[in-house]
Amino acid sequence: MKSKIGIIIAREYLQRVRKKSFIITTIATPILLLVLMCLPAILMNVNMTSAKEVGVIDPSGKIAEKLVDSPLATFTKLDMDPDSISAEAGFDAFLILPSNVIERPVGISLYSRDASTMMLESYITQSLDDIIEQERLDAMDMGNLKSVLKEIEVNSSLNTFKLNESNEVVNSSTTISYVIGLIMSAVLYFFLLMYGQMVMTSIVEEKSNRVLELIVTSVKPMQIMMGKIIGVGCVALTQLAVWAVIILGATMTLLPMIISPELAGDISAFNAGTLDATQASIDIEGIQALSIVGDTGYLIGIMGWLLLFLLGGFLLYAAIYAAIGSAIDNVQDGSQLQAFVLIPLIISFFASTTVAANPDSGLAFWLSIVPFTSPLVMMTRIPFDIPVGEIILSLVILYISFILMVWLAGKIYRVGIFMYGKKPTIKDLIRWARY
Amino acid sequence: MDNILEVCNVSKHYASKTALDDVSLTVPRGSVYGLLGPNGAGKTTLIRIINYITAPDSGKIIFDGHELTADDVASIGYLPEERGLYKKMKVGEQAIFFARLKGMTKHDAERELRKWFDKFDISDWWNKKVEELSKGMAQKVQFIVTVLHKPKLLIFDEPFSGFDPINANLLKNEILELNQQGSTIIFSTHNMASVDAICDEITLINDSRNILSGNVAEIRRREWGNRYNVEFVGNPETVKALTTTLTSRFDLLPTESDDVYSAIIVPNGDGSVRPVIEQLNSCSEIRSIRPIMPSMEDIFISTVNTYNAKHHLTAE
Repeated sequence: MKSKIGIIIAREYLQRVRKKSFIITTIATPILLLVLMCLPAILMNVNMTSAKEVGVIDPSGKIAEKLVDSPLATFTKLDMDPDSISAEAGFDAFLILPSNVIERPVGISLYSRDASTMMLESYITQSLDDIIEQERLDAMDMGNLKSVLKEIEVNSSLNTFKLNESNEVVNSSTTISYVIGLIMSAVLYFFLLMYGQMVMTSIVEEKSNRVLELIVTSVKPMQIMMGKIIGVGCVALTQLAVWAVIILGATMTLLPMIISPELAGDISAFNAGTLDATQASIDIEGIQALSIVGDTGYLIGIMGWLLLFLLGGFLLYAAIYAAIGSAIDNVQDGSQLQAFVLIPLIISFFASTTVAANPDSGLAFWLSIVPFTSPLVMMTRIPFDIPVGEIILSLVILYISFILMVWLAGKIYRVGIFMYGKKPTIKDLIRWARY
Repeated sequence: MDNILEVCNVSKHYASKTALDDVSLTVPRGSVYGLLGPNGAGKTTLIRIINYITAPDSGKIIFDGHELTADDVASIGYLPEERGLYKKMKVGEQAIFFARLKGMTKHDAERELRKWFDKFDISDWWNKKVEELSKGMAQKVQFIVTVLHKPKLLIFDEPFSGFDPINANLLKNEILELNQQGSTIIFSTHNMASVDAICDEITLINDSRNILSGNVAEIRRREWGNRYNVEFVGNPETVKALTTTLTSRFDLLPTESDDVYSAIIVPNGDGSVRPVIEQLNSCSEIRSIRPIMPSMEDIFISTVNTYNAKHHLTAE
């Protein structure tokens, strides 16, 4: 009998992973993700538009010469009546300043032949602000005030550390933990929902096209259900494993290529604890982020926990989905019963944002212990370096509740698969479980 | 007699209804057995119990000389009434999957499948998905899946529904050939006409109970009631005289010939038709006397109706 569950698992697994759609999403998603992450950097290096020719009409005569040409715009001083600009060809836009612009910088107008871009507008206003500021300073004749101000400017930043249980000092960044925690929570939400529903859909399909009638002649209902859950679970693990490999591979190979040698030096100094934050090439949060992303051991640790919570959470939720699937004739009928899965998942997902802001609160602790919310909430807390004992406790409770849930789901499944025609209520499910 | 299957006092109750009430029956090895009954009588529940899908509340099943175990499902083949295959799965791959669930090795399954596919001339379906097949084609595949592991006991639930007459006949011959090779066949049906000629033994289940069981020839003889069809040569006067004296025991049938008559004669109180025949013989020339055997369908209907009338049930 043991080999029969193996045959069921093998069918479930192979039928899914051989699908073109599975192969494409599995490989394309992390690549797409990496591209999206790198996109801003790439875009900045690509000069998307050619510089606009801007004609400047400046009656004050103090601004036009000081406007600096940039890849966005080149400026040309024009001496003409603002009313006649429509006749003037060869310019993409006209910037018209009032004569008392230094004293009262209002009524500045930009006339543009094409739609002006936001980047161009912000470049112009920024330049005008700087020039007018400088003009006003000069007018007050306070000497080298600008350099004095520069000297007294303060830019403080915190280099945060955490004392862990054994009083070792570890680098910790609340922001990074926050982001990683929420990403983990989102990944779990997506996986539990998608693969749980896959179990349900597959059971409904088997039931409604009556293949099940044939399979139950060879295999016990409980084994069919478990075979299906394990088979689909293996598909989820395969996908996660491929994603992990691609992401780890990318961070290990691509990161050193992107990071400048200067920044790399800062990161290694940061890791060694010798970095002087005021001399760093970018702000300290950025360095911490890169340090963590580049720390393969840390990433593998996080992924290891993710795997355990994904597996436990999936088994728990898939068992509920299996019971629902066995009770209904088509997926639409399941929408009402699916609330049993959706509500705890949505609660945990939204709770994650609160928990990430305050990972040591009582709410955070209890939500990460209760089995229905624990996978998402605990994964949100783990990046904050919480006691391992709590994680283990959460896992043990999760896996025990999975076993109880499978036992209950099996009882419902056994009866449900032979019930046709009637849309079942939760009362029916409870009655079936008692048979 | 050697029995492949004995159902002993099996009962099965669900929350709101009784599906089987103390049902017993025996299926002789090598027979073609009819499990008959109206829809909802409890046939499917009984088949599920035989297939080890559900357990009876009381009673037991003896299969091949021992109490039924989970391993015995490898020796049973079952074609459910509601046919179903995985639509997105390839035919060959799918058939191997089901064969392996029945305990065959992949290698054996493939070899046997090739034989059957050749026999039905459907080898080019091997790599097709089931959704590409017509309903009739899919039924053939399902039939092969049912019999592939050469089970000792084959159970067909409404096997001929959904087949055109040609394919139904082909299927019937295949099933009888499997019977020749030693498999015991159980037909479960509410359509007696489809299996009348081929069943050796039957059980009629109605209202969760076994209300008629036994050898088909014996049942027909028992239910026959000594009715005969008599052909005789006579003239209108003698026929009229016979009709008036014999009344309900003499039922004249319409004939095309002027002087050859045909009539059904029914025995009188003591169960004998001899007085009627003697009277007929004295005034006309008897050409032939043939017993009128009731069809199993007639027996089915009358038995169910009698039972329902006695238990104040209305036929569904």
